[in-house]
Amino acid sequence: MNRENLLRFENITKSFFGVEVLHGVSFTLESGTVLGLVGENGSGKSTSMNILGGVHLPDSGHMSIGGVPYAPTSPREALARGISFIHQELNLFPNLSIEENLFIRNFHRLHPTLPVIDRKRMRASAQLLLDMVDLKLSPGTLVSRLSQGERQLVEIAKALSSDARIIIFDEPTTSLTRNEIDRLFAIITRLKSQKIGIVYISHILSDVMKLADNVVVLRDGGLVGAGPRAEFNIDRMISMMVGRSINQLFPVRSVLAIGEPMLEVEGLTQPGVVRNLSFRVTKGEVLGLAGLMGAGRSEAARIIFGLAPYKSGSIKVAGKALEPADPRAAMRAGLAFLTEDRRLEGLLMNAPIFDSVALPSLEAHASVRTGWINNATLESEVKDFSKRVQVNTADLHDVQARNLSGGNQQKVVLAKWLMRRPKVFILDEPTRGVDIGAKAEIYKIINTLVEGGCAILMISSEMEELIGMCDRIIVMGNGEITGSFDRPNFDQERILAAAMRRGRQEVA
Amino acid sequence: MSSISRKRFLMFTLRYVPMLLFAIVLLSFSLMSPRFFDLKNMINIVIQSSHIGILGIGMTFVLLTAGIDLSVGAIMYLACAMLAVYLTGLPIWLAMVVMCTIGMAFGAVNGLLITRLNVAAFIATLATLFIGRGLALFVTGTQLLTLPPPILELGRSNILGVSWTIWAFAIVLAVSWFILARTPFGRQVYAVGADPESAAKAGINVRRVVFFVYVICGFSAAIAALVSGSQVGSISPNFAIQKEFAAIAAAVLGGTSLFGGRGGVLGTVFGAILIQTVENGLVIINADPYIYPMVTASIIFIAVMVDSLRTNFLERIDQRVIRMEDLPR
Repeated sequence: MNRENLLRFENITKSFFGVEVLHGVSFTLESGTVLGLVGENGSGKSTSMNILGGVHLPDSGHMSIGGVPYAPTSPREALARGISFIHQELNLFPNLSIEENLFIRNFHRLHPTLPVIDRKRMRASAQLLLDMVDLKLSPGTLVSRLSQGERQLVEIAKALSSDARIIIFDEPTTSLTRNEIDRLFAIITRLKSQKIGIVYISHILSDVMKLADNVVVLRDGGLVGAGPRAEFNIDRMISMMVGRSINQLFPVRSVLAIGEPMLEVEGLTQPGVVRNLSFRVTKGEVLGLAGLMGAGRSEAARIIFGLAPYKSGSIKVAGKALEPADPRAAMRAGLAFLTEDRRLEGLLMNAPIFDSVALPSLEAHASVRTGWINNATLESEVKDFSKRVQVNTADLHDVQARNLSGGNQQKVVLAKWLMRRPKVFILDEPTRGVDIGAKAEIYKIINTLVEGGCAILMISSEMEELIGMCDRIIVMGNGEITGSFDRPNFDQERILAAAMRRGRQEVA
Repeated sequence: MSSISRKRFLMFTLRYVPMLLFAIVLLSFSLMSPRFFDLKNMINIVIQSSHIGILGIGMTFVLLTAGIDLSVGAIMYLACAMLAVYLTGLPIWLAMVVMCTIGMAFGAVNGLLITRLNVAAFIATLATLFIGRGLALFVTGTQLLTLPPPILELGRSNILGVSWTIWAFAIVLAVSWFILARTPFGRQVYAVGADPESAAKAGINVRRVVFFVYVICGFSAAIAALVSGSQVGSISPNFAIQKEFAAIAAAVLGGTSLFGGRGGVLGTVFGAILIQTVENGLVIINADPYIYPMVTASIIFIAVMVDSLRTNFLERIDQRVIRMEDLPR
């Protein structure tokens, strides 16, 4: 196979406000290969990709594409030179059809001077693009009807529509199911055969190992490792990324004697969602909830927290039956719930961090007589808990939640619930979209909680995380429990096999 | 599965609540008075609803971008005031062109305030509402003025046996439907309404789209002024007062979301006709005139309530359905 240097990134430096965030990073991308780009948040991945995508201008160094110097001043120019950036958050309009999304920038017109869409040509080109990404849907389908994975494919088709020579994927798998991920990988392989160069950014290192031909590791704005995949393994990548080794990722915690049950779920059933769920979490225990996406894990958590109704069964917290479908009652009983979507459900994105942390505790700080909030005690407590999760307290009033990195956002959500001193804490994908450093900190926070007697129900799609953190793992498939494992019996393959089981439910 | 079919049913019902309302309204008035369900009366309803319909069509463009235009009633009054005071000597076609220009210019001011000075649409158009009405009161000296005779003739004229009002209504509807459904600009209006930030990232000139949406709204207000003026023949200081709310109600009743990105002009026309049908029916059954506003208000309330129910509730259900692996799409 003849591979040529498609992109050269040479000695690029970049400073913001006098602080250098990229110190002379260099790498090359060959056509028809995948370059895995790994590093913690803040390591310079985004900055270098933004320079490549024309969002930022480099201070020094230079880039070339196919040997021709390349210095984009705008994303539009980058696009014109064949660079497509598929962002982590998809840029699609759910109220428009697939074809309209593909061509929103530049619709086919009946005549160049006539602002009327040529629907026939649009349909034909859209069909062509969808065939290329193997998406078997009519181009006229509304995007709101597509699953996350299908939307990702549309986004790739959009990149292809602009004749991309280089496609940058930024964390493309965070919201995909296993099937969809496999499909995405097959497409990436196909893109390679079309001589397209791919930069693949991901925190999921096993995916990087599977896909990448070459790997580049960044730390603190500098290059700490680069070379063919064969020279790397996951442990080595992690130690390069964080400057320490993996067995420190899951900190040891002192195991408590089995305490009294804090959360007891008996025969929980809601037609079409979950069926006959029974389990208990005791004081000082972490119970993992494994399963494929769509197995009903998050739905079960929402039911337990009172966000969704159930038809039969019972939920007890600390021995007392819980009022169904009443999240306020659940909170009063000592439940806390970190949801899978922190942006939408966990944080006040456009408000200062302080507001997000304080919100669920306002009543606790209000005078019983007048209802007025005691700002002094609230302030000191928010500060105290922010410190415990290592959120910079100087930022509390000045920085909006949306400006924080994923890891810091998640720590803010943790602080907000910790302030209520929960007896049972439900964590739904607590480390999704979080870099390795913040992951380790979140694990430490979880351990401190458990040692303090909190019971934890942890939903995660990362098997290593469940195995590293949990005392027991139950597995859900199709809304039912399909397996249960004690710590000595943890086994990735058997857990996965249980997750694939469809339970006793009749075939739909 | 039963809960899913129930969700489907709910979704279906909520989507077609306006149609259901319409059917109930038609049925109950028909039962109360034999004069109601009559071809002549039905045509009459369409003619009477046309100025609200046209106003609502312009409003639909604005609402689709998640904006709002409270100044349309003021634009109507100002356009007719200029016609009555300054444009009487002009040939009718030229006067119409000037009125449309006034409407577009007014819309352009709204658009500039919103896109260049970043004033919230609600506040900007509230201010121009008072400016517009104030200007018109100043021009007319708060007098009741008759409009020039050619306008009245226009109101009575027929083309191919169909009233000019219905022609104007139909043409505005056809053109605006085409713009929204078949032109790049129209599709970009929907994109901007769904998410202005994404739209900007996708290379859409968001400011330009928003600006023109207000210009279109101003233009349609001028057409509505012509239609309404040609029917009434004179303008009092109360002319077109609070019509902005009727226009918003028509659009929302027709399924256009106040949150942007969803809806269309066909629904708006339907909404306008529904509102007018209710008023017409109340007249025919000799209801106390004081209850008209209350009945209209109830319908508007139901419309807005259904809109927010649809937006919050149904989207949540939609998401859940997608998530379940074993459900048919």
